[in-house]
Amino acid sequence: MSDSSVPATSGPEGLTTADGVPLKQSLNRAVRRSRLKALLLVAPLLIFIGLAFVMPIFDMLSRSVDNPEVSTYLPRTSESLTHWDGEGLPDEAAYAALAQDLAAGLKARNLGRVASRLNYEMSGMRSLFTKSARKAGRMEPPFKEALIKADKDWQDPDIWRLIKRESGLYTASYYLAAIDRQFSPTGEIVEKPEYLQIHVVLFIRTFWMSAVITGLALLLAYPVAWLLATLPAGRGNLLMILVLLPFWTSLLVRTTTWIAILQQQGVLNDMLVGVGLIAEEARIQMIYNKTGTIIAMTHILLPFMILPLYSVMKTIPPSYMHAARSLGAGPVTAFRRVYFPQTLPGIGAGSILVFILSIAITSRRHWWVGSPVASLPTSSPTTCRPRSIGGWQRPLARFCWSW
Amino acid sequence: MVMTAEPDVPQETSSCFARFSDVQKSYDGETLVVKGFNLEVRRGEFVTLLGPSGSGKTTCLMMMAGFETPTHGEILLDGIPINKLPPHKRGIGMVFQNYALFPHMSVAENLAFPLEVRGMSKEEITSKVANALDMVRLGEFGDRRPGQLSGGQQQRVALARALVFEPELVLMDEPLGALDKNLREEMQFEIKRIHQRLGVTMLYVTHDQTEALTMSDRIAVFNDGIVQQLATPEALYEAPENAFVAYFIGENNRLNGVVSRLDGGEAYCTVTLDGGEEVKALPVAIKAMGERTQLSLRPERVRLLAEESSDAPLPDNVFTAEVKEVIYLGDHLRTRVAVCGSEEFIIKTPNADGYPVLKPGQSLKVGWDAQDCRALDA
Ligand SMILES: Nc1ncnc2c1ncn2[C@@H]1O[C@H](COP(=O)(O)OP(=O)(O)O)[C@@H](O)[C@H]1O
Ligand SMILES: [Mg+2]
Repeated sequence: MSDSSVPATSGPEGLTTADGVPLKQSLNRAVRRSRLKALLLVAPLLIFIGLAFVMPIFDMLSRSVDNPEVSTYLPRTSESLTHWDGEGLPDEAAYAALAQDLAAGLKARNLGRVASRLNYEMSGMRSLFTKSARKAGRMEPPFKEALIKADKDWQDPDIWRLIKRESGLYTASYYLAAIDRQFSPTGEIVEKPEYLQIHVVLFIRTFWMSAVITGLALLLAYPVAWLLATLPAGRGNLLMILVLLPFWTSLLVRTTTWIAILQQQGVLNDMLVGVGLIAEEARIQMIYNKTGTIIAMTHILLPFMILPLYSVMKTIPPSYMHAARSLGAGPVTAFRRVYFPQTLPGIGAGSILVFILSIAITSRRHWWVGSPVASLPTSSPTTCRPRSIGGWQRPLARFCWSW
Repeated sequence: MVMTAEPDVPQETSSCFARFSDVQKSYDGETLVVKGFNLEVRRGEFVTLLGPSGSGKTTCLMMMAGFETPTHGEILLDGIPINKLPPHKRGIGMVFQNYALFPHMSVAENLAFPLEVRGMSKEEITSKVANALDMVRLGEFGDRRPGQLSGGQQQRVALARALVFEPELVLMDEPLGALDKNLREEMQFEIKRIHQRLGVTMLYVTHDQTEALTMSDRIAVFNDGIVQQLATPEALYEAPENAFVAYFIGENNRLNGVVSRLDGGEAYCTVTLDGGEEVKALPVAIKAMGERTQLSLRPERVRLLAEESSDAPLPDNVFTAEVKEVIYLGDHLRTRVAVCGSEEFIIKTPNADGYPVLKPGQSLKVGWDAQDCRALDA
């Protein structure tokens, strides 16, 4: 009592404790130790998150705009193009710089990197560079004529504009490619040619499928979660084990099982044919297409919907429904007006979880693995294999991979 | 304590509003939680079901409200059997122990809920909700969420919500259990006031005898699945009919013995205690000589007899007691004495002039009248 009841005295610079130390200062001193302790306790996790999460994200984000090739391997050209206004052709100095860079690059054997980088943006750049570089060592001034003689593409202003555009340290072209856009030769953002457009379609398809999966999972999970939350403990636990069963099964087993069930010669089709619902010749294709993806993913993601719902429903005492009923609401009204609104936090949490996870999984299939379950348009010239990761795929693939 | 004029006189059946008729309930098919429950509640009456925890009070209320079905027997409301009627068609208001206010609705929306589901018009709802809020003196709190109210205020909202649709019967299941003592007393008064003003029939459940004694017109002491005694608070306290009621309501000295003389002509019987003492008592629940009995005696009915005073007539029973302990309680003193073989015999004396100051170890004479000493079932 004696210590804590000493009144704080009001001094000229605010409240002070009995011995004249400002109250704020002595309070700070008192809490500093406990703050330090708290910090020490969370330090391992902070360090872990920093190393395993924050740093990779920063790295990934910086790489998605990182553009070192042109400025590093064509330093003189980049430098001399900074003064060029982009109209017509650059001056003799730029051609001279390019010839020097090409010669130096050939000797240092790093010209290939810048050639590939520019080839993403405009096809033919690689061969242009290799061809010109071979001759660059023997060129005499004026370099403009010499280079154009080596390859007449060097009198194309678009190529110079491209080099100038990509000589910056950062580029937006990866992101543009991810949404089926590109820079036109004059530097405007335009759509890619139709036959090269695929990502926006895949984006939409991924979101749409994820929405369907989330909706199905919600429909299936809601009654189960309700049962889990209201059953007596014994049977509730049994049901919980069943719900968690997919977690205990390896992905491989689950996938194989779904194939066994859903394929055209599979269990489900056999049953349908057996009871005469469909004809032998009309067996339904239920796997390696959207249907199969939706069925299998809904199954896999169901627990992620059930668990948040269950945890919310568990906290809703039955007396709320009783109260609603005794106040005159029928079962449906009571559910709609009293029970359902209280489960919204669970619906939100579960839906976000399932939606994000299914986006992660479908997009990984679409872009990363090119799995048979994904439904790529077969006419598309783009092959989605890890080998071709580059260009537009870089930011996105990294993005997906981080899940 | 509220007393009605002649509550124990049986009234004509038409005034019986809610009725449990021989109701039984089992949850597991092995044990009966409620066995042969009979209760009649008259219109406008405040009846309390009083019993220890786990005695089946909530179960009875739930059967009346329609959330549990009786295993046997009938429940009638206004003469109509309601066993098959779903809860929302019974028109019974209910106040739950944890209030069960909808957390996602404001106070006003909570009150509007029963009116909305009845399809009332907007204006009617607004005015009824405002009236109900005024009735429980929460006029300004309509926009708050239940979570932003104190326990007592939530309780009052729950009460208002159960009354706002003007039900004829209101059930309350230990509504004041979660409140502190002062608030509880305030709410007891409030509920009583509202009951008298609206004239609504109330069936109230509690395990707190003070609460039951303060508020009720009649109390049904409930134990072991049946009603032990249904009477006014006064009758319950003054004239308990069995050992459980005597034990459960108020404080009570118990002495065990055997009936040694029981004469139909005489008003009193004689009981020989297990220690050999003979006590004159009022036969209440005994029928024959030789039967075991428990004598019940209220602590405030025991008199301390000063040695020299001989002007007042001696009580029917006089014994010598030894003081074991004196507890000072402000307005009265509780003295624990050893008498008639009991070490736990309590005497209550007012803290006032004319009463002796006792010390532990002291020996003195105590006595009581035969009519205050009720011979109940053993
Ligand atoms: N839903 C239920 N299922 C099984 N047993 C129950 C249920 N509700 C109550 N009981 C049992 O019935 C008995 C009476 O309970 P209850 O009516 O809640 O008593 P009270 O309200 O008087 O405390 C208790 O033994 C309790 O365990
Ligand atoms: Mg109860």
